[in-house]
Amino acid sequence: MIMSTKAAVAPKVHYLNADYGWKSWLFTTDHKRIALLYLVSVTLMFFLGGAYAVVIRLNLIEPTGSLVTAETYNKLFTAHGVIMVFFFLIPAIPATLGNFLIPLMIGAKDLAFPRINLLSWYVYLVGALITLHALINGGLDTGWTFYTPYSTAFSNTRVITAGVGIFVTGFSSILTGLNFIVTIHKMRAPGLTWFRLPLFVWAHYATSVIQILGTPVIAVTVLLVAVERAFHFGFFDPARGGDPILFQHLFWFYSHPAVYIMVLPAMGVISELVACFSRKKIFGYSFIAMSSLAIAGLSFLVWAHHMFVTGLSVYAAMVFSALSFTVGIPSAIKVFNWTATLYRGSVSWQTPMLYAIGFIGLFTFGGLTGLFLATLGIDVHVTDTYFIVAHFHYIMVGGTIMAYLGGLHFWWPKISGRLYPEWWARVSAVIVFIGFNLTFFPQFIVGYLGMPRRYHVYPAEFQVLNVMSSAGASILGVGYLIPMVYLAWSMRYGKIAPANPWPATGLEWQTASPPPTLNFEKTPVVHEDVYDYPKLLESKEAVLV
Amino acid sequence: MPGVPLFPPQASTIAGEVDALYFFLTAVAAFFSLLIAATIVFFAIRYRRRSNAERPPELEGSLALELAWTIVPLILVTVMFVWGAQVFFHMNRPPDDAMHVSVVGKRWMWKLQHPTGQREINELHVPVGRPVELTITSEDTIHSFFIPAFRMKKDAVPGRYNTAWFQATKTGTYHLFCAEYCGTEHATMIGRVVVMEPDEYQTWLAGGPVPESPIKAGERLFVELNCATCHRIDSPGRGPIVHGIFGKPVKLQSGETVIADAAYLRESILNPAAKVAAGYQPVMPTYQGQVSEESLLSLIAYIQSLPAPVGGR
Repeated sequence: MIMSTKAAVAPKVHYLNADYGWKSWLFTTDHKRIALLYLVSVTLMFFLGGAYAVVIRLNLIEPTGSLVTAETYNKLFTAHGVIMVFFFLIPAIPATLGNFLIPLMIGAKDLAFPRINLLSWYVYLVGALITLHALINGGLDTGWTFYTPYSTAFSNTRVITAGVGIFVTGFSSILTGLNFIVTIHKMRAPGLTWFRLPLFVWAHYATSVIQILGTPVIAVTVLLVAVERAFHFGFFDPARGGDPILFQHLFWFYSHPAVYIMVLPAMGVISELVACFSRKKIFGYSFIAMSSLAIAGLSFLVWAHHMFVTGLSVYAAMVFSALSFTVGIPSAIKVFNWTATLYRGSVSWQTPMLYAIGFIGLFTFGGLTGLFLATLGIDVHVTDTYFIVAHFHYIMVGGTIMAYLGGLHFWWPKISGRLYPEWWARVSAVIVFIGFNLTFFPQFIVGYLGMPRRYHVYPAEFQVLNVMSSAGASILGVGYLIPMVYLAWSMRYGKIAPANPWPATGLEWQTASPPPTLNFEKTPVVHEDVYDYPKLLESKEAVLV
Repeated sequence: MPGVPLFPPQASTIAGEVDALYFFLTAVAAFFSLLIAATIVFFAIRYRRRSNAERPPELEGSLALELAWTIVPLILVTVMFVWGAQVFFHMNRPPDDAMHVSVVGKRWMWKLQHPTGQREINELHVPVGRPVELTITSEDTIHSFFIPAFRMKKDAVPGRYNTAWFQATKTGTYHLFCAEYCGTEHATMIGRVVVMEPDEYQTWLAGGPVPESPIKAGERLFVELNCATCHRIDSPGRGPIVHGIFGKPVKLQSGETVIADAAYLRESILNPAAKVAAGYQPVMPTYQGQVSEESLLSLIAYIQSLPAPVGGR
């Protein structure tokens, strides 16, 4: 149990109370406070995006889609996708947990560029407000994918404004990635060699590479859409000598790697959780670390698997199919190594571990169904159906959000200085897992049956599966609301957390909970290997718990 | 559950191939999902923490295991890749004796035309057991022509001709969907495919008024739009003649060579200056905006039907 035998005492001064007033938050350069600014922002975005999903699922209870009109429905799923992808999933783990933890994990006082870090949050905020303005005043009906020529020549909605918002937000992602890369290279504590870095740091390093290399491409792509729409340039319009398929190449060149921006940090979280709650060194450390880099590299070579039915040449399709399969291998390596870490461990069933186990199961299933989509002969039938919707929700909701919640619980004592209520947390983890599967598993079946995505009405024979999905979504919603309530509650009423409640390895646990503004009293010097649980358990700290 | 299908009807020659592949992948996915899930649950229970005094052994990794769980998945995905590519090749190789149907997507309907000229909207009647090749394009934005029962899908892209084919194996009525989001009424851009016995199909064809076939329509348009002034075998030679040109290489002014396929002919009608044939001046006016997608398809069908002149011009 995480309760200490003797009551922990909170430090008198820490980053949360070192300074007061709204200015101390809005002009802070403390990475931990910026992480909390991001936490609040992405949480708001998550519940806003989730609210759109609720209306979508309510509408789909009946095949006649009688709740909202077709125009409204199209705006709903567009808003859901845009908010969740660009404003929640991409920044969720890196900008909150990554921001908070990377300096702590490497024994640094802050990120390399604290003011750029604050700038990135403001850039995110401005981008988010511009996009939200477009989504609320007039709306957007292109889908989050902005496919041309629909977005350039047919949609009567706020394409340019929303695009500008996404363009702006992209810079926040680039700045964060840049900051992480420089920080990880230059600011590691003495003795913290590359292969002593926690896998969370490796995963964020790989993520940052994608953010820096990929994000400029989506920026240019939305700019081209805006220019074509405003000034009638012919980049994508066939009547002006353009090619609408060119857009898809550009879009997916970023947006497929972007999937790994969402899931690599999640994998980093899971590596930490699995080691801690098995009380073992992670199995195959270097294979997990290198597989993150392999995924980041390969992710740029697979984009056209989104385009197998566009009329792509069969030979190009074969190349992209083969390359897409190769991404599966490093992902499989991670899953096997996590599983092997449990072997002969001392496995605790605390909440973060429940999320980690849920992640491994759902990510494995999501990844395996990805193989169906890399397989040319199957992709033709299932692309653009609910099979795709199910697949990527297994990766992004079953993967990223499970890891995000697991990580949030794991580091909550460090972030807030308080313990969350374990019973409620376990209950909500189980509710999330059940609700998730009930929501998205039926979508594989209805997808193979042929139900296309983005349908506001559908043939009656698909109703039962859609009702199951909607029922699951309501359970899932409850599962997400409960942690909101008890985490907020615990900030004031939770038990005081000790510095290292689990206990866990990693420099972040060797400073107070919550940490002081400059993270460490004096710069730590690292003598141990990473995940040295045997040694930690011999130490005095472990005896306390 | 009665009335709740869990698997789509199998009504084309390809459907069985796709499903066999699908079952193989489902088996692999189920096996590994269960393997991982069962192993994790087993370990989590067998090695659950009973006391804080437990000291797990140090196990850092195993190269043999790493190699095993790299190589085994690699072999499996290689099988998936090769098998999937084979099925895909088959999907993209229409038989030579296929009957040609043209498909034009337009917000929010499917316009189809049979080789004999019959037109349909949101309905496609086809004979069972006969390969049908579709030439698919769009008048506005991107659509996708999707018949789940045939496991067939192809995007309708403006400015492009995509081809797809199927051979229906079972009579009946099947869903036709638009699978690529195309705006407000995307979800109602649906229809049905009616697969009939060949003799019923003949009766159906004979049912309406005798229509103008695409080739006949193309011939008429060829004169009406003044193509005939320059491009017919009896014209004075300002432009390349089109007889027998279809599918043949054409030398361009730029020195390149292109194949005179449907896409090239379409471009040469709409944007004649783009790829001028060697030995000719770019004097042809553009027909952009003056010829509908259906008329273009008819013109191309007509050009395709013209035999090569005997002994040249």
